[in-house]
Amino acid sequence: MKDKRIRVALAGNPNVGKTTIFNAITGARQHVGNWPGVTVERKSGRKVHKGIAIEVVDLPGTYSLTAYSLDEVIARDYIVDERPDVVVHIVDATNLERNLYLTTQLMELGAKVVIALNMSDLADARGDVIDLKRMEEFLEIPVIKTVGSKEFGIDELLDEVLREAEKGEHHEHEIGYGGEVEEEINELENILGDDEELSKRYPLRWLSVKLLEGDKEVQKKLEGSQVEDRIKKILDKMDKEKYETAMVDKRYEAINAVLPQVCSRCVEKVTASDLIDRVLTNKYLGIPIFLALMWGAFELTFTFATPFMDFIDFSFAWLAGFVSENLEPAWLASLIGDGIIGGVGFVLIFIPNIFILFLMLSLLEDSGYLARAAFIMDRLMYKIGLHGKSFIPMLMGFGCNVPAIMATRSIEDKNDRLITILINPFMSCGARLPVYVLLAGAFFGKEAGTVVFSMYVLGMVVAILSAKLFRTTLLKGKPAPFIMELPPYRLPTLKTGIIHMWERGSMYLKKAGTVILLGAIIVWLLASLPWGVEYGAEKSIAGMIGHVLEPLVAPLGFDWKIAVALLFGFLAKEIVVGSMGVLYGAGEDETALTESLQNDPNIYPLNSLGLMAFTLIYMPCLATVGVIRKETGSWKWTLFAIVYGIGLAWLISFMIFRVGGVLGYG
Amino acid sequence: MCKVMPLIMVPEGKECRISDIHGGRGLTRHLTEMGFTYHAPVKVLRSEKGSLIVAVNGCKYALSKGIAMKIMVGEC
Ligand SMILES: Nc1nc2c(ncn2[C@@H]2O[C@H](COP(=O)(O)OP(=O)(O)O)[C@@H](O)[C@H]2O)c(=O)[nH]1
Repeated sequence: MKDKRIRVALAGNPNVGKTTIFNAITGARQHVGNWPGVTVERKSGRKVHKGIAIEVVDLPGTYSLTAYSLDEVIARDYIVDERPDVVVHIVDATNLERNLYLTTQLMELGAKVVIALNMSDLADARGDVIDLKRMEEFLEIPVIKTVGSKEFGIDELLDEVLREAEKGEHHEHEIGYGGEVEEEINELENILGDDEELSKRYPLRWLSVKLLEGDKEVQKKLEGSQVEDRIKKILDKMDKEKYETAMVDKRYEAINAVLPQVCSRCVEKVTASDLIDRVLTNKYLGIPIFLALMWGAFELTFTFATPFMDFIDFSFAWLAGFVSENLEPAWLASLIGDGIIGGVGFVLIFIPNIFILFLMLSLLEDSGYLARAAFIMDRLMYKIGLHGKSFIPMLMGFGCNVPAIMATRSIEDKNDRLITILINPFMSCGARLPVYVLLAGAFFGKEAGTVVFSMYVLGMVVAILSAKLFRTTLLKGKPAPFIMELPPYRLPTLKTGIIHMWERGSMYLKKAGTVILLGAIIVWLLASLPWGVEYGAEKSIAGMIGHVLEPLVAPLGFDWKIAVALLFGFLAKEIVVGSMGVLYGAGEDETALTESLQNDPNIYPLNSLGLMAFTLIYMPCLATVGVIRKETGSWKWTLFAIVYGIGLAWLISFMIFRVGGVLGYG
Repeated sequence: MCKVMPLIMVPEGKECRISDIHGGRGLTRHLTEMGFTYHAPVKVLRSEKGSLIVAVNGCKYALSKGIAMKIMVGEC
């Protein structure tokens, strides 16, 4: 190696503490990007240990390295194609058998492996006695005890990584599959050996094993090779079904031969987890407890967030005032004060709300509860043509739809995932709340709380009915069968919770810094041009656009000002409030805006209700449209999401306006 | 002799051994890799109209009806 940089990959099952260890190793020196060609996040980070630079890549959490899911393909391709110097396999010490399965796969891949025996505090507490020396001997792999959450064992782990990386020769590990299978492997290996290119790039035994297992991705690697036809002929002759699970069973046999010698007391016991589960997933108690927890999470969010929100609100109002008084020339003061600080300020106010909600959800997730909630909701979700795994993204949608849509990646089936993505924008995100709060506050007095709540319910109903509709028309079929691990209950730590919160919430921050800033400037320009008009008056460009759009929304009882606000709201829904401030000539001041709304004859309770519904349902905001495009990989579905949303919003607002009118609320 | 039946029919609290998985190529292997190996004991912890929580060698999984029908177990 020319530059002494060591490349290390972290592999492991989901929920073993991989993220925790990654953070413990790299600290703040992290970089999040995407894996080439796919949208799965790729986290990498740096660390200098004993003067040697180490680059750490966090592979997706997987149970195995076949081609079952995108995650597995990514993890495997990285190890095979990029050949990291060392693979650190993070093993959950409380569940050796299943975790070691991945070890066997890593060994077969010919990687240099170091095992981090994580969660060892929990194993100790349970009374397991794991003989590290023997484990190392049997597996021929170094094993280091770690406790990720306490950053214990990290230095030793890195020491071992360096030692392993410096070892020149590498011992190939093999799992014997016995008799007939071994013959087939040998035959394939011999043929593959004729292709020098392949022999250089991949361990031949591994290729042969995967071919026997019928791995499609590995078959693709042979495309164009001189041996492709010969291999095909052999594989076609074989009864592949026979090998499908036989080889997996063999690997487990190998593990089970080792395990009793390594861990003397690793037997199943009734754990606290079982007892908690008996209550939390109970037939009768499950749903009430779930509802209570959700209610609590939302209550806490609002309680904790309010003082922060007031503070941000106050600071921005002060800043806007300061700027408009002290800055010259006047147009610049207006751009910065009214436009940027006004527009972006409105968005930043909701950051505490969104972050605290994500913190609550992260804590629930880390504690292991969220997976149970998915189980509890599975039956209900099945009725609308989805399954339990779709539930968590929907819940996150209440915070911000962007990370929520990204969270659908854990859903394997394409159609299930697409439906979950398409209905997500109807989950009323934090950005829509200010619109409800303003309008309900201005027009519904004491009933404001009920009205706001009913918008959330409306969103859920629309999501549910849409899912049902898509399932019976566009994406026919049943939800794919679902299996999900229920991790043992753990006391979540604030630190991990905050890290997870940050990962999701920062997407919202990014949005505020880019799209919304741009949006705020555009709104300001359209409201100020042509030069000399009164800011946001009818004669400004914004006013003119509004008049063009007015006929389209007139049947809903909206006038030109509302048309403009909705148009701008596409950038980000919270801008609806900001632009109303501009158009109603109230600027930053929310009390003034409430008053001008109440005094305007063109907006009244009935059409304000329609406006809330419209804001909820119409096209997803720009950032969400972007993420839908990225995650579906299709402009067609993105366009569909936009058209469907606008059409439905129009229809529902129209119904509210007409039915309300007939009932005499006009 | 053991009676073979789909996992979905196993009552709550009972433990059986896996005898077969009719999952089609990808799913069968995925399940096997998660620990649903031949002859492994599975315990049904919760059964709620087709959705199950089972324990297989110390890990808990939630399964939907679709999967629970495909895993065949022998009574024991
Ligand atoms: N008791 C204990 N908890 C841990 C340990 N390592 C991680 N955790 C906790 O396990 C949970 C899941 O960890 P995370 O890193 O998100 O797992 P990942 O899904 O593998 O990335 C978090 O709440 C961590 O605080 C450990 O060694 N001991």
